[in-house]
Amino acid sequence: MGAVSQSSPPKLSDATKKVHQHYQELARTKKLYSFLTIGILGAILVAALWFANASNSGKFIDRIPYFFDFVLNFLPDDPLEIFRALFDLPSPYADGSLKYDYEEGRHYLFGDFYLPEYFYEMLVTLNIAFVSTLLGGGIAFVLCFFAASNLVGSKAVRFVVRRIMELLRAFPEIVIAGLLAAILSLGPIAAIAAVSIHTIGALGKLFFEVVENADMKPDEGLRAAGASWVERVRFAIVPQVLPNFTSYALLRAEINVRASTIIGAVGGGGIGEVFRLSLSRDHAAKTYAIILLLFVTIVAVDQLSGWLRRKMVGDQAFQFGA
Amino acid sequence: MLTTTILTAERQAELKEQYAEVFHKDPVKKFRPLAIVAALLAYLVACFFFFNIPQVFSDAKWDRAGLYMADWVSWQAQPKFRFRDDGLELQYPRFSPLGAEPDPSWVIANETADAYRVDFGPSDFIVVQEGLVEITKGGQRFEVVITDDEALLPPNATSAFEARNGRVKFSFGFAGNIEIRNTQVRVWRRFWGWENFFFDPSSAFWGMNGFEVISTIAAGPQLAEGQSNLSVAINDFLYNAEWQHADVFVKLLQTIVMAFVGTLFAGILAFPLAFIAARNITRSNAANWFMKRAFDFLRSVDMLIWALFFTRSFGPGPIAGIAAIFFTDTGTLGKLYSEALENVDDKQREGVKSLGASPVEVQRFGVVPQVLPLFASQALYFWESNTRSATIIGAVGAGGIGLKLLEAMRTGTDWENVGYMVILILIVVFVFDNISNYLRTKLIGEEAR
Repeated sequence: MGAVSQSSPPKLSDATKKVHQHYQELARTKKLYSFLTIGILGAILVAALWFANASNSGKFIDRIPYFFDFVLNFLPDDPLEIFRALFDLPSPYADGSLKYDYEEGRHYLFGDFYLPEYFYEMLVTLNIAFVSTLLGGGIAFVLCFFAASNLVGSKAVRFVVRRIMELLRAFPEIVIAGLLAAILSLGPIAAIAAVSIHTIGALGKLFFEVVENADMKPDEGLRAAGASWVERVRFAIVPQVLPNFTSYALLRAEINVRASTIIGAVGGGGIGEVFRLSLSRDHAAKTYAIILLLFVTIVAVDQLSGWLRRKMVGDQAFQFGA
Repeated sequence: MLTTTILTAERQAELKEQYAEVFHKDPVKKFRPLAIVAALLAYLVACFFFFNIPQVFSDAKWDRAGLYMADWVSWQAQPKFRFRDDGLELQYPRFSPLGAEPDPSWVIANETADAYRVDFGPSDFIVVQEGLVEITKGGQRFEVVITDDEALLPPNATSAFEARNGRVKFSFGFAGNIEIRNTQVRVWRRFWGWENFFFDPSSAFWGMNGFEVISTIAAGPQLAEGQSNLSVAINDFLYNAEWQHADVFVKLLQTIVMAFVGTLFAGILAFPLAFIAARNITRSNAANWFMKRAFDFLRSVDMLIWALFFTRSFGPGPIAGIAAIFFTDTGTLGKLYSEALENVDDKQREGVKSLGASPVEVQRFGVVPQVLPLFASQALYFWESNTRSATIIGAVGAGGIGLKLLEAMRTGTDWENVGYMVILILIVVFVFDNISNYLRTKLIGEEAR
């Protein structure tokens, strides 16, 4: 760049020189601010890293060799073991311990036909995610119209609904799960409640933003024809926003599959729990089987939802996918 | 002037005929929404039985629900009256929130100390004496006679009473409950608020009101040798045995650090990698494909898996959390960044290129200025959401406030501590949401939020 601009030194008038000087000054100030920002960010980062390292039970540098040890030693007896664990087939290494009890987990459906344990658990997790998306999305659907400034005139109503959504979104899922687990006993219900509540908040926000961006002409038409509020929402707004709503709900379903896996690991049942157990018990084959299954499922869910979203709203659904 | 069109029956039929396609909808199209709704409902019903919800709800311990919810915002004192050979003895648990020598105003002894009155409200109280407990609630009196072997249900007992194994229980609702046995009477007296939130009974400041604390700090006698009263106060506050403020703050900071460092590193690494993954910048299908699959892998191996893996290898603590967020978000941010790069305006690149700039300069001046605000905004967005997810990642062993929350919940009695931590988390999330929103608005303008 430098070479290009210097190749023909321009003759500047006095006024232009002044402009140039101002420009240079501004550029210098901007550069200074950039350096300051980066410097402060760097200082915070160093402090944060020091703090993280100091409060970790194992120090980063000390643990690095063990990290590779762990990865290298954590191997199944042979690669096929992973698939035996995945499909609950008998293992040739079976010694009666929990490590090789693959057949124990079979869920017999009818006759000799069984669902392998991890597929069953994956199904539980998927169902948790989808049920929560439906429940949370349904409630968010109802709530969002009350938070949209183009539909509800009352500032108080909007304020309350929006704050409720924010609260539901920010409330730690693990606390809802933990509280319900203490009342309902550990299991998927607590996970469903936790993920649903978070979904209401997260989808509610996206939904009302979509509603606020809706074209109000159909609404005006219906209002002129004397339609009630519910009719206006039903016939003017809903048809416009439904594709976007569905797209966001599908995106949320992807996220909820991950969320319900994690909730599962802290006591919500499903694949997350069996994964945590197998990893903490050092059952390498089982662990890799679960990772494989989770990976394939998540990729499949993402692809399916991506395909549906593209069909629904076209490429704009991918402009800022979170 | 308004004109009203009145459609006659013939005119209606005529219109129907004329615009047949409007009035006759494709039945498949017509019933599709209905079918989708019906299918979703059927799915919910199926899941209702898959998760065995009726069973779970009938097994649920609903009585606990009220208790736990009350525990969030209230506390209990638990005095105990024991029937000894030498008379009635009043006891408090060893670490009672009332301090080492409690003398609450709601427990009143008579002059000879052979009967005690415990108040549960303006007109609710019990009187405990040898062999008899008198309960008065809302003007109604009950007498629980205690024999050598058991406590006897009074003849006029209401539903607030419960008798089992020779014990009689009585509930005053929120104010508390009592359990009468042949050897002792246990009392649970519940009060609103968080007890000893600032100072625990071992502190010299315990039991003072705010004004007294301030005046003691400012002008009171020195409490500890070689230490100012202020530092004693701060120390006593931070190391409050019941609330563990210091530990909670450190754990909260760990969670914040996990989200901040993890996201920052992910953004820094994803930035150059995204250039490799973008089709229009690196003209090699193999490199694009490989990089994109790497992003997909990092993203799709769940954050949970990374967290558990790194907890196993680095030990519990924020490093595991940082690594988990870093790995997952390098994938997510890399994917988003490469998509953004593929959508850049080519004109600027061509302009810079036509001036004879080197390939690196083309990217630096032709591409980076276009995408940098967007990149920063997306990283901020993930920072915000990671502040939330770091809590739950922590609970699986990566340290931070999540683990502390889980521990507090496991005890089943520390719900007020859970409530305290939840409030702190909510504050942190709101503050960071607003910082991130503000920065993003500055970076890419109002409409892009």
